[in-house]
Amino acid sequence: MNSSKTSGSPPGPAGPEAVLTYLIRRLFAVVVMLIVVMLAVFGIFFLIPKWTGVDPATMFVGKQADAAALEGIREKLGLGDPILVQLFEFFKGILVGRDYVSAGDTIHCSAPCFGYSFKTEQAIWPVLADRLPVTLQLAAGAAVIWLLIGLTAGVVSALRRGSIWDRMTMSLALSGVSLPIYFTGLLSLAIFSYGLGLVSNEYTPMTENFPSWFSGMILPWLTLAFLFGAMYARLTRATMLEVMGEDYIRTARAKGVREPIVIRKHAMRSTMTPIITLLGVDLGALMGGAILTETTFSLPGLGQAVLKAISEKDLPLILGVTLITASAVVVANLIVDLLYGVIDPRVRLA
Amino acid sequence: MTELHKTGASAVGEPVADARPPRSFLEVRDLQVHFPTEDGLVKSVDGLSFSLEKGKTLGIVGESGSGKSVTSLGIMGLHTVGQYGRQKARLSGEIWLEGKELLSAEPDEVRRLRGREMAMIFQDPLSALHPYFTIGHQIVEAYRVHNDVDKKTAHKRAVELLDRVGIPQPDERVNSYPHEFSGGMRQRAMIAMSLVNNPELLIADEPTTALDVTVQAQILDLIRDLQKEFGSAVIIITHDLGVVAELADDILVMYGGRCIEYGTAEQVFYEPQHPYTWGLLGSMPRIDRAQSERLIPVKGSPPSLINIPDGCAFNPRCPYADVPKGDVTRTERPRLRDVGGGHKSACHMDQADRERIWNEEIAPKL
Repeated sequence: MNSSKTSGSPPGPAGPEAVLTYLIRRLFAVVVMLIVVMLAVFGIFFLIPKWTGVDPATMFVGKQADAAALEGIREKLGLGDPILVQLFEFFKGILVGRDYVSAGDTIHCSAPCFGYSFKTEQAIWPVLADRLPVTLQLAAGAAVIWLLIGLTAGVVSALRRGSIWDRMTMSLALSGVSLPIYFTGLLSLAIFSYGLGLVSNEYTPMTENFPSWFSGMILPWLTLAFLFGAMYARLTRATMLEVMGEDYIRTARAKGVREPIVIRKHAMRSTMTPIITLLGVDLGALMGGAILTETTFSLPGLGQAVLKAISEKDLPLILGVTLITASAVVVANLIVDLLYGVIDPRVRLA
Repeated sequence: MTELHKTGASAVGEPVADARPPRSFLEVRDLQVHFPTEDGLVKSVDGLSFSLEKGKTLGIVGESGSGKSVTSLGIMGLHTVGQYGRQKARLSGEIWLEGKELLSAEPDEVRRLRGREMAMIFQDPLSALHPYFTIGHQIVEAYRVHNDVDKKTAHKRAVELLDRVGIPQPDERVNSYPHEFSGGMRQRAMIAMSLVNNPELLIADEPTTALDVTVQAQILDLIRDLQKEFGSAVIIITHDLGVVAELADDILVMYGGRCIEYGTAEQVFYEPQHPYTWGLLGSMPRIDRAQSERLIPVKGSPPSLINIPDGCAFNPRCPYADVPKGDVTRTERPRLRDVGGGHKSACHMDQADRERIWNEEIAPKL
């Protein structure tokens, strides 16, 4: 019996406590991140204009407003108050709601108060909440398609490197990443909707008529998925090729493991890591609206709202979308981090 | 005693007419492993023959690129799986394991032998173990691939083997991930994994190269103990003569994809016949040598495996290339010749010249 011990005594296996600590640490980081995001947004929209000598009130109301209206908005937004008070009101609005008060006029904005558009005379959150589901449906449906297509194409290409299939797929993928959405989108609309009449070119809410909803969503999904699927296919192929050359893949084969299991279990597990990273970032960013896709297909999502807000200089709306997008990226990153912890045991201790 | 089978080395390209049934546990005959590349055909192993009995250890020695690892992967059949889209390795010759020829066997048949009849320990246990699975999971997998048992039984077996290779608290450490182990522990776990199915043939490819010096000796001790206990045949591949001195019964010295010297450990260490072996011995540090004496490196660099020098592959680096008369060292590939007692060497020099040079020039400096 060989009883000699090797040098050093590394920590024992990561127990449930380690996982819990990891979870709590990540959640804490997310809360901090969100606060930082809100501070940054507050700074961009309220502090920087002040320093540069621009009256935030004019940005909120538009230049054509008369002096009395401007004064009312200044009072409602509390622009005369100290910065910390303004900041407090801003956070309070998001968390519990706030009132915009000026002489003889009170506007209530209930939580989460992302701001109030004095132009359209409505609170921002309900507008966003109305549009968010459309963007969510677009992103989620497209993601399912692009993951299915991208991963399959990437894996098969990697396993048949240099074959006709590989070359064709990679050429297609190259066109996928190069062709702009408004080209592929309009082309698909022209062929499948206007030309062949196979699908609808209008958005119908899911609750209203499911088949029409599906018919209206399928082209936007495919168009978005073509772009992202191409990127994912390329990434999957490259990662898979790298992983297949790893020593632990050779070890699995040396153990006598069947090749399909070597690929599905040993190789895929490692291939998923960079894909999940990218997916988190992409989904987070898409929450801010797939502007091109939504515009091409006239989908009433966040992206369209942003476009409209920018052209009409509707500052509170831009502010609201910025907050949502930033929060979505932060939350998506949290989910990615948690998934990392599930996939890669080394992350749990880091 | 192992027996080396001699090939008609000068008859290149001609099929080896050898109908003798294999008599040894492992018999490799005229193995060639070539890789087609854009620059030309890489002849990593070019006509290698040897045999090995159960319970014996063969040390394969040579510098980087001499074909040691390629040989071991060839025996395991790992050149032909998973070469997706790449130019496939070309293997020819014969590999007989317990009376079964592996190169002509069905790939799935060879797969079923891998891990069960023949197992392998790799150089760097950190990269050779999957970072995302526990040590236990990986050992259990190796066991369940070849044995129809439930997870519980396999888990017990994993703990048993971790205990056997000297891992403390194996019932806890079985749930650890590779990154939670030290280098030596990882190699122990790797050894446990390779032994889980009691393989008859164990190939250790530079098993101690990636480890601390203090741990190296422990791992070598472990391999030796386990071989005694399991009675398997062991091939140990290394560039470190110290390792083979400790473990091997027989030594095969490879150069440029060919065997240039073969014999028992005593023969190769005390009466080496080939100038390259002399060079290896001369470049090995020894504790009993005065510090003022410098190590003598082998001059030059390993041959290109695409353009292996004509004649003796070692001739461009050999200080004695001009000892044999004429151009023979540069034109004719030396055959592996018996120099007595099963000791073989592929050198054009006469035995008398070799003995003179060894006794007068080499031995006194070692």
